Amino acid sequence: MNLQSEFLGIKSPNPFWLASAPPTDKEYNVRRAFEAGWGGVVWKTLGLDPNIVNVNGPRYGAVWGPDRRLLGMNNIELITDRPLQINLDEIKVVKKDYPDRAVVVSLMVPCEEECWKSILPKVEETEADGLELNFGCPHGMSERGMGSAVGQVPDYIEMVTRWVKSNTRMPVIVKLTPNITDIRYPARAAFKGGADAVSLINTVASIVSVNLDTFSPEPSINGKGTHGGYCGPAVKPIALNLVSQIARDPETQNKDISGIGGVTTWRDAAEFLALGAGNVQVCTAAMTYGFGIISELTSGLSNWMKKKEINSISEIVGKAIPNVTEWQYLNLNHVTKAQIDQDLCIKCGRCYAVCEDTSHQAITKTINGERGFEVIDEECVACNMCINVCPVENCITMRDLEPGEIDKRTGQTVSDKYANWTTHPNNPSSIKAAE
Amino acid sequence: MSNTKLSPGIVSSRLSKEEYSNNFSDAYPGFTDYEAKVEADRCYFCYDAPCISACPTEINIPLFIRQISTEMEEEAAKTIFDQNILGGMCARVCPTETLCEEACVREAAEGKPVKIGRLQRYATDSIMSQNIHPYIRNENNGKKIAVIGSGPAGLACSHRLSMLGYDVEIFESKSKAGGLNEYGIATYKSVDNFAAKEVDWLLKIGGIKINHNKTLGVDFSIDELRKSYDAIFIGCGLQDTNKISIDSNTDQSIEDAVDFIADLRQINDFSSLPIGRNVVVIGGGMTAIDAAVQSQLLGAEKVTIIYRRNLENMSASKKEQNNATSKGVKIITNAIPTSINKQNGVHKLSLSYTEVEKQSGKLKELDQKFSIEADQIFCAIGQKFNNLLDVFKSNKGKIMIDESCKTSVENVWAGGDCVDQGEDLTVTAVAQGRDAAEAIHKSIISK
Ligand SMILES: Cc1cc2nc3c(=O)[nH]c(=O)nc-3n(C[C@H](O)[C@H](O)[C@H](O)COP(=O)(O)OP(=O)(O)OC[C@H]3O[C@@H](n4cnc5c(N)ncnc54)[C@H](O)[C@@H]3O)c2cc1C
Ligand SMILES: Cc1cc2nc3c(=O)[nH]c(=O)nc-3n(C[C@H](O)[C@H](O)[C@H](O)COP(=O)(O)O)c2cc1C
Ligand code: SF4
Repeated sequence: MNLQSEFLGIKSPNPFWLASAPPTDKEYNVRRAFEAGWGGVVWKTLGLDPNIVNVNGPRYGAVWGPDRRLLGMNNIELITDRPLQINLDEIKVVKKDYPDRAVVVSLMVPCEEECWKSILPKVEETEADGLELNFGCPHGMSERGMGSAVGQVPDYIEMVTRWVKSNTRMPVIVKLTPNITDIRYPARAAFKGGADAVSLINTVASIVSVNLDTFSPEPSINGKGTHGGYCGPAVKPIALNLVSQIARDPETQNKDISGIGGVTTWRDAAEFLALGAGNVQVCTAAMTYGFGIISELTSGLSNWMKKKEINSISEIVGKAIPNVTEWQYLNLNHVTKAQIDQDLCIKCGRCYAVCEDTSHQAITKTINGERGFEVIDEECVACNMCINVCPVENCITMRDLEPGEIDKRTGQTVSDKYANWTTHPNNPSSIKAAE
Repeated sequence: MSNTKLSPGIVSSRLSKEEYSNNFSDAYPGFTDYEAKVEADRCYFCYDAPCISACPTEINIPLFIRQISTEMEEEAAKTIFDQNILGGMCARVCPTETLCEEACVREAAEGKPVKIGRLQRYATDSIMSQNIHPYIRNENNGKKIAVIGSGPAGLACSHRLSMLGYDVEIFESKSKAGGLNEYGIATYKSVDNFAAKEVDWLLKIGGIKINHNKTLGVDFSIDELRKSYDAIFIGCGLQDTNKISIDSNTDQSIEDAVDFIADLRQINDFSSLPIGRNVVVIGGGMTAIDAAVQSQLLGAEKVTIIYRRNLENMSASKKEQNNATSKGVKIITNAIPTSINKQNGVHKLSLSYTEVEKQSGKLKELDQKFSIEADQIFCAIGQKFNNLLDVFKSNKGKIMIDESCKTSVENVWAGGDCVDQGEDLTVTAVAQGRDAAEAIHKSIISK
């Protein structure tokens, strides 16, 4: 299967790029990533000299599952802490040695046009494929008026993007922060400023834990902590939603999006693509398992495409978007009921506990006097919570009632007509048929 | 090492020091913190959890497991001890595969139950190893209770009574407390003198006095006790064993497995205990398995269990059977010994195969016979009650009790192996001892 990807005209053998972060902070890493098979990299964010410094204590915090699976991670790392010229020299040789891979350079400099004007020619000189403007970093740099301090103000995004576009020939991706109330505004601003694409998400402002002995947030530096940026599997649902909002916004639909945030398996990647991302970037998964996961990502995606008879990445992009809608347009005449497969049921009773205590009292705890769990159709509102807690996959499923069947809860016949909230009699502002 | 596995006859020192200490080390060592956390995460926190009802002491298993998963193992231990003060021993010796773990829904789901027993050990070890006793007894209420026997039943009863404010006097015929925890349980299930340590830990509650070498029926009678105590609890276990009758050309050819195990439990130096090169154990229960396995561990070359019915009928669980066979013990089923002939120091054991008659369900001796040689033969065909049957109403040869563990005699309660209810297990003895204490309390305060 050909996974060839083209994003803003930048070609890469697959749609998996390493996001701007420690995995892309130096030539040594990037070479090995390319050898392992990664399609491209966004180089760790460069800034102006003198290079910034990092803390000399721990910079990562974590949320683990009980088996120490890393579910979420946060960091208080800043942009690259190596001198500008070293990075530029390395970028140049790497791009020269790997002409078929995407090499994009991430930048973050103070909000002054002169600063951007001075750095852009140096980056062009490397012959990298494009730029990514880091308007997303939520910690450290934002206190200095950069990163998410820019990304949280649409006017600044537009202004800086325009400076950059008018001073370079390179394609420009604007990397957005999720730490805002409505992602559509910063995205619109980026495109208004001339951006060729947006990428998202950067990390989510977070405190992952508090040490209950020292009462310091973690990671703790000499007894004190600060908020960091959250990433990894835990942030994927947030990222998917934000990507889809931009893909659906009439002002930005059909614009290019690079999807980032919690991509850990080929499935995650396919979901981002389906919600409108043209490619994906990965950081935490590589930082957790190393570069080798690229083999799983590429083979998994190809295999799935083969099964679905999808021939190119571009066919996937946005495939789910027509099915993303607002709540008010969901079909209220679609009725489902939970049903429990008694052969699969292991009788743990979790569905009963959750339905009885926190939902709709729609599950019995006995069947013919014996321990057993069964749905009471008269009570079931199909909320799905029983399925969420059932430890056995496919033991509880939702059955769609056929039009003409009686919904035992309401006593009403299921209609085959689509009807949503906008026309519902209980909606005070429902659109009534003319009298 | 003066002898080897191949030295003929019944001799000591068959193995090296290292082999002995490996063989008798902890069979199922405690979980590490990490293992415990991973295992605890497997629990589904079931509604009205089936594991709880499968536990004779009804420990709130999902609760204590959840407490482990939040790193509150001391609280988890409390949850266990609230129901079962010998939760430490039970974590080591319970046949969980036929109790909580058999009922665990993950057994039904995937044949891999949550390892409840080992999690229980993790929790109980956390405070027992620090020698913390988590209970304080109520203010003394001036009442005195006599307890016969310091096995699991007697100890559980005494502890609960003490908590409720009673002064307890235990009368114990042996010089050490603990009953079969001290004299019966397999060595590798209770290493490092755990039984004795557990008794010391339990007695920290205070208010319990143990009078050793005092035997009911020999040194004093029930009637005498009734005069000086407000109530009596009998937890004297089983003192006698069933004997097998076989034609034999010698006396004392067959040794009692329970005595062998008791000797083994009291020994400090395993190399001093003689064991046969060829050992035969007759029986199909936990005692037979323990005698066989421990013979093997002491360096016997061949150990064979002879059981008269088939594997499914053995009262030792599948897990116990597998443990034995994995150690090299051979199990011969459907066979009964018919005669013993001793020649040149070696026993020739003649056996007949058996079959269960379809119609009557009776065991029938077949014409087919075979024989095996043995240096040492142990009999483990069950313990029996042989005591006090003139005093109490009995059922199936044991003291009859009602649902509150009360006997037919006024002011006397009983529990454990000596009563007609429940399986002969440590955990059952604990449950009955505890429930009897509550019943005694209820009866006294209602007077
Ligand atoms: C070899 C063997 C292995 C076993 N392994 C297991 C196992 O792995 N798991 C399990 O759950 N169960 C096991 N059991 C069963 C378990 O040990 C018993 O069910 C349990 O100990 C019964 O407790 P109890 O308090 O009723 O009696 P006991 O433990 O027998 O205690 C009775 C106490 O009363 C004393 N006593 C007796 N008569 C008198 C008297 N007249 N006056 C004063 N004191 C008296 C005795 O000396 C003894 O200390 C095993 C049993 C044996 C024999
Ligand atoms: C340690 C660390 C450092 C990062 N540094 C940068 C950076 O310099 N520039 C940038 O644009 N994003 C940076 N990020 C954000 C990542 O590129 C990415 O947007 C984010 O981690 C979400 O993706 P993920 O869930 O795959 O990790 C950093 C992330 C981490 C974990
Ligand atoms: S049955 Fe198993 S999974 Fe359910 S609560 Fe008990 S230990 Fe947990």
